[in-house]
Amino acid sequence: MEIFLLFISAIFVNNIVLAQYLGNCPYLGCSKEKGVAFGMGAAVIFVTIMATLFTHIIQQYVLVTFHLAYLQTIVFILVIAALVQFVEMFLKKMVPPLYKSLGIFLPLITTNCAVLGVAILVQRKEYDLFTSVLYAIAAAAGFLLALILMAGIRERFEITRIPRSMRGVPIGLVMAGLMSLAFMAFKGMIA
Amino acid sequence: MITASVVTLFSLGFVSAGVLAVASKVLYVEEDPRIEVVTEALPGANCGGCGFAGCEAYAAAVINDPDVPPNKCCAGGPDVAAKVAELTGKAAGDSDPQVAFRRCVKVEGNVAKKFEYFGIQSCAAAKLVQDGPDACKYSCLGFGDCVRACPFDAMWIEGGLVHIAPDKCTSCGTCVRTCPNSILELIPRRARVMVFCSSQDKGKAVKDVCDAGCISCGACIKKCPAQCISMVDERIFIDHKACLAYGPSCEEVCVEKCPRNILRCLNPDLIAAAPETEPARYPEESHVADLNA
Ligand code: SF4
Ligand code: SF4
Repeated sequence: MEIFLLFISAIFVNNIVLAQYLGNCPYLGCSKEKGVAFGMGAAVIFVTIMATLFTHIIQQYVLVTFHLAYLQTIVFILVIAALVQFVEMFLKKMVPPLYKSLGIFLPLITTNCAVLGVAILVQRKEYDLFTSVLYAIAAAAGFLLALILMAGIRERFEITRIPRSMRGVPIGLVMAGLMSLAFMAFKGMIA
Repeated sequence: MITASVVTLFSLGFVSAGVLAVASKVLYVEEDPRIEVVTEALPGANCGGCGFAGCEAYAAAVINDPDVPPNKCCAGGPDVAAKVAELTGKAAGDSDPQVAFRRCVKVEGNVAKKFEYFGIQSCAAAKLVQDGPDACKYSCLGFGDCVRACPFDAMWIEGGLVHIAPDKCTSCGTCVRTCPNSILELIPRRARVMVFCSSQDKGKAVKDVCDAGCISCGACIKKCPAQCISMVDERIFIDHKACLAYGPSCEEVCVEKCPRNILRCLNPDLIAAAPETEPARYPEESHVADLNA
């Protein structure tokens, strides 16, 4: 039951993008087509899980043991950067179409604050390794959900008459705000 | 404390670097070295005129896709096309160089102002206010959105109309995509006849606002022996390919037949070849080199 609640809260109530405002640039940059949005979301899920796993182990067994917890941010960034590099190489070799469609956004996962955010959040909440990974899955799934919803809406923009000055990012930002407001409705459902 | 931090960070970095080094060996993907060579040969303007995301994307496409011709780069022109053809072993084909052209002569037409516009000095913004301040809603607004968009400095505004320097224009088409009134178009440099109006209104409505605009009488369509003139939404279109293919035997009857003189032949080569007896047809066009004067 607890795990179920964790999932629901991470996906809907405390959605990483819409309620915690992390990872906004890929959210806006990669949400023009559903296909790309899905690829980006999947890559983020993968990186987030791996990052949380590794950072959790390093935090518990290196940083805490040697009383170096203040190095947390810089170490986490290093780990995530290395991971993203790895994922990039992996995709280039194994799934070239996805690699191409993600383009510049793949290296940008390095600076995706959602990934770093999840890694640091689970440390703050002092989850154990298992719960941390579960939380990472749920949070990244929340990211994927937000991205795909956004992409669905933005695909409709293509066939909608929008004033020229509002096209592209401006209307995207307005939509992001509205979606955030909509997700506020979940607030208070679960603490 | 400091030692511990340095050692920890150093070893973490070292381990990551090691893993990545191994991974880069194991997951190495061989990339076609020709892509780089072709990219070098392209002008690197990344203007998107070829229809691909940028010069590199086009280079990859022209190498990997047999259906992509080597003459797509309009910024590079025939020289680059020849080079790319040589590098890729594809037939160069005849790339018909194009040039941007303005379909509007509102100055000659005495187009009145509907109202005085004081807003943001941009065509796009002005267009939002009741279709722009000009009485004709298809005219050149003259705030120079295209001039700012042109990456090659080929345009300027003069007397409320945009002008194009054909020698600088690379036919990338950026301006065509920018103009909110769609009055710019790419035509072959060799084009024999150009249409100087882009109104989509019916004859009467055009007459009311402009002394020069196209009144959709269709005389040119009827007269053209090659049947390369058509009217879509009250706007005249010329199939330049068919027109060029038909050749000079028609003696540009369409130009003669147009009662409003919106079909004109300003091509310097053709004018040079035309008989001396007819200079009256291009009275003010002393600087014929500027196709858009
Ligand atoms: S050509 Fe189009 S964009 Fe350029 S000044 Fe005229 S209306 Fe504006
Ligand atoms: S005038 Fe237009 S088509 Fe020509 S180079 Fe400039 S933007 Fe491109």
